Amino acid sequence: MVPLNWYLILSAAVFMIGMFGFLTRKNVIIMFMSVELMLNAVNISLVSFSHYLQDMRGHILVFFIITVAAAEAAIGLAIILALFRNKQTAHVDEMNEMKG
Amino acid sequence: MLQQLFFGYYAFTIIILSLLVVTRRNPVHSVMWMLLLFFHIAGLYLFLNAEFIAAIQVIVYAGAILVLFLFVVLLLNLKEEISLKQFVGSWPAGLFVTGLLFVSVVSVLGSYIQGPIGKYSIAAVRSETHTKALGKLLYTEYLFPFEIASLILLVAVIGAIVLAKRKLRS
Repeated sequence: MVPLNWYLILSAAVFMIGMFGFLTRKNVIIMFMSVELMLNAVNISLVSFSHYLQDMRGHILVFFIITVAAAEAAIGLAIILALFRNKQTAHVDEMNEMKG
Repeated sequence: MLQQLFFGYYAFTIIILSLLVVTRRNPVHSVMWMLLLFFHIAGLYLFLNAEFIAAIQVIVYAGAILVLFLFVVLLLNLKEEISLKQFVGSWPAGLFVTGLLFVSVVSVLGSYIQGPIGKYSIAAVRSETHTKALGKLLYTEYLFPFEIASLILLVAVIGAIVLAKRKLRS
């Protein structure tokens, strides 16, 4: 039997890799893929919790997370397309109109 | 022993593949590594007795979302992308922050106390199949969130069309 902690460490590692990608990449699309990576890491931990607690609620939550991720991908990629149409670039460090 | 070996393979491959996803310079390569990563995560779900989740992982993530990503990557300017540095200048700061967070998350894992065990044991799920058990729960106890999910998908469809369409010259 694989202990639950191994799954949680794996999930944390994937989440941190996704977070690293989100913080450090220039390309908006790769940043967006890093967000998907973080969502997947959370899904891994939810499914493993669900398995070890012998409960279905984690699976239900994963189902909804995947639904929302699909919606988010559609909206986010439409926003990226609109950005690229206006700026001709996909790099976040060149988007500084708002001087934030 | 075999289970540990299986888990070791999946964990190692998932971590290597996610590192490849965030570090490749060419976005198309990143998408391809991510495809392989999603298949491995689906394998891990099968390993955790979640067949339906594994199936929708492959269908929705690998089949729908990743194809969408690939389309958008191919619409952008790849030649310019490959010739530039892929990380921002202050990437060691990001590495430091994520490393710190990882250490703090892993260090609190030992204080986890398991809650009460539910009624969906492996034998109980296996006797009525995972998909049926999940569907029953989804259409009774979680009916309202399920309806809200359909509304979210409708909003996504309308939003994607409104955002991505070209303005017509009047």
